[in-house]
Order: sequence, then C-alpha cells, then structure tokens
Amino acid sequence: MNPSSRKHHEIKCIVWDLDNTLWEGILLENDDVQLRPGIRKIIQDLDNRGILHSIASRNDYGFATAKLEEFGLLDYFLYPEINWDAKSESISRIQKNLNIAMAALMFIDDSPFERDEVEHAYPEVVCVDSANLETLLDDARLIPRFITGDSRKRRFMYKQNIERKNLEDSYKGPRGDFLAELKMRFTISPAVEDDLQRAEELTVRTNQLNTTGKVYGYSELHALINSPNHQLLVADLTDKYGSHGKIGLALIEEKAESWHLHLFLMSCRVMSYGVGSVFLTHILSKAKRAGKRLLVDFIQTDRNRMLYITFKFTNFKEIETGNDGYVLLENDLSVIQDMPSHLELIIK
Amino acid sequence: MEQNNRIRAFIEANMAAIDEEITLNDSDNIFENGFVDSMFAMQLVAFIENEFAIQLSNEDLDLRNFNSVENVVKFLDNKKNS
Repeated sequence: MNPSSRKHHEIKCIVWDLDNTLWEGILLENDDVQLRPGIRKIIQDLDNRGILHSIASRNDYGFATAKLEEFGLLDYFLYPEINWDAKSESISRIQKNLNIAMAALMFIDDSPFERDEVEHAYPEVVCVDSANLETLLDDARLIPRFITGDSRKRRFMYKQNIERKNLEDSYKGPRGDFLAELKMRFTISPAVEDDLQRAEELTVRTNQLNTTGKVYGYSELHALINSPNHQLLVADLTDKYGSHGKIGLALIEEKAESWHLHLFLMSCRVMSYGVGSVFLTHILSKAKRAGKRLLVDFIQTDRNRMLYITFKFTNFKEIETGNDGYVLLENDLSVIQDMPSHLELIIK
Repeated sequence: MEQNNRIRAFIEANMAAIDEEITLNDSDNIFENGFVDSMFAMQLVAFIENEFAIQLSNEDLDLRNFNSVENVVKFLDNKKNS
C-alpha cells in the first residue's frame, strides 16, 4: 500500500435494532421471540474480527436486556440504547460514547422509516436493511486486513474503559489524582516484526490523534524497521484494570541536522490519559540528547485539531505551510516539560 | 480580576498532575507546574473559545499566549482590541 493512499472506509461498530432484526417478532407482544437464524454466528464472527456491536431499539430496557441475557448475547453489546427515543439520538450517544466517527457506524434495522430517520440525521452512517444479512460477513467494509491480538480483545478493552470512566465520574478530586489512581504503566519500545500488523492497523484506524492520517502498509513498515536511519516506536499502556494494548506509534527519520517525525499517532481510546504527551515528551528529550532539533509533518484535517493544539502547546512552531492543510512544525527543544509523576514510564 | 479568577479556576480544575497544594499565581508558568496533555490543551482552547466567544486561529495557538493566567488575559485583551 502506498503511504499517501487515503483511508479506506472501515466499519468499527454495528448498531442493531432488536424486534424483527436481531430476533423474529416483537418482544412486548410475544415474550417467546426467537433469534433470527445465523445471527449468533454473525455477531460472534464480527466480534472476533474486532468489530463492536451496539443496540438502538425502541423497547423496554429491562425486558430486552433479560432476553439478550437469555440468548447469551448481552455481553457482546456496548452502550446499548434501549429506550423510546429517536434512533438518531441513540446513534449519536453511541458514537459519542465510543468516540468514533459516524462513518464508522453501520445501522441495521428492518424498518425503512427508522433507516430514513437515521440517514436523514447522519448521512455518513451506513444503513442496512435487515432483510440483507446473508452476505453481511462478506461485506468488504467489515473485513479488516489483519486480525491482530488487539482486535480480538477490542470489546474487552472497551468494557474496561467503561469501568475506568465510572471511576473517573465518581472521582471527586483533581484529575491528576484520578490518573494516579489508575496506576498506569506506559512502555515505549522499538517496533519488532510482531508489532507490524497492529502498527498498520493503527495507521488505518486512528483519526483524531494522528499527525498525517497516512496509511502505512505492512511491507513498508517492515522496510522501515530495518532501515538504519529510521526509528519506528510503539507504545503500550496497562493500568490496574488491564491492558489497553499497543496504542501509540511514531516514525522518526534521523537526518544530519534534525530528527523528522513523519508519523505520530495515539489511539483515541486512551485520549483521556495524557499518554500522548508523555510519548511526545520522550521523543523530544531523545532528540535533544542526540543534539538534533525536531521536525514534524502535520496534515490538518477536520478531526485532528486536538493534536495540532497539543503540538503548539508543546512549543512547536509552524515553519512551512503547504497544500491540503500541510504544515511543517519545528521544535528547538529549548523547553521540554518534565515527565508527570502519575505514571510509570518504561523505555526499552 | 474576575476574568483572571475564571481562567485560574478552570486551569486548577482541569490540569492533570497539578498539585492540589499549589496555589496558582497569575504569573506562574502553568506548563512548568503541571503536565500539559492533549485533553487539557483541547479543554483549555474550548474553554477560552466558549467562555469569551472567540475563535482561535492557528497563529493564536502559541504557547506564549497560554502559559500563564496573566498571559491568557493579555492575549484576550489584544484579541478584543485588534
């Protein structure tokens, strides 16, 4: 794959209707509804591929979750929206809770009215008629190029995030104390061959904390880890709830006068933990020790302003601007903030 | 002065790794007293944009405009007068 190729369209979460979609019949009229044939396999297969599931159903929450529990499927669904609100509102809440793009959602419902209502509010959402599920598992948008260890664990990682969020919401003290409470361990290491599938996956999936949005393919990354003048770094985060997996990636080219950061990204799942800045601070200190200034390619999109602001607040200056939102940022390394004390940093 | 208090209160409440014991003075460099992460950077920008009804351009987003309560206030004054 060419590094400059744009992202392909990938679905990260399917939002299911229940009545006459997931099961046959209407639960509030008949308590003995049956799962649609093949639906269990669809849900489990997609879950194994790292695609998430959620629910937007106008239904009674208690009855519907009890039925899902009876089918042994309740655990598969994150942030289920079972209520009497418009489905577009449910979808909007799911999107915010998962912190993914609308275009990464697929909505499956038997009712043309509900699909139209969602499509009208959010044209980016992929709406599918539940009559057409036979070929769903072959839909290219639901087939990731690699299934990595991280993708298989994705649902569990989101569930752990829900627990962290509950802790955060119930936490009364300052945010720094909450972060300390998590007992985070952040590990930065040079990428090895086993990391590369996940590294490619990160370049495809990460939009918000991503300097360029460029996709790097496996073979290209493979060449880079063997290149004498490149460093490919991966970052990993664990805390008291478990592992977030490999969530950060940086590609540095070592030049005569400078280090040039061509790619820097952090999974949006860990956005609230401050580790992106720890990663960046590490690279800044490393460049300073090597006696080089640091340059960064940045392509501004409608989704990565947060990262742009982070770089500017880390004392980067724009020294060149180009087409399509491109800017070259420079840091003279005169000011580097101290590492925060609320996490344990491990450099390999 | 009221403006300073609003900004200081926001920073103290939202900045990760800022010590509870520390009282932030208007001239203290907030980037030296705490750890700036993406969340805080974004929250600070969103707070200033909403609270003072302005849009920050790329040029405005300079560390020196935001590294102390004093400098944020100075920046806002310049912005209003320009």
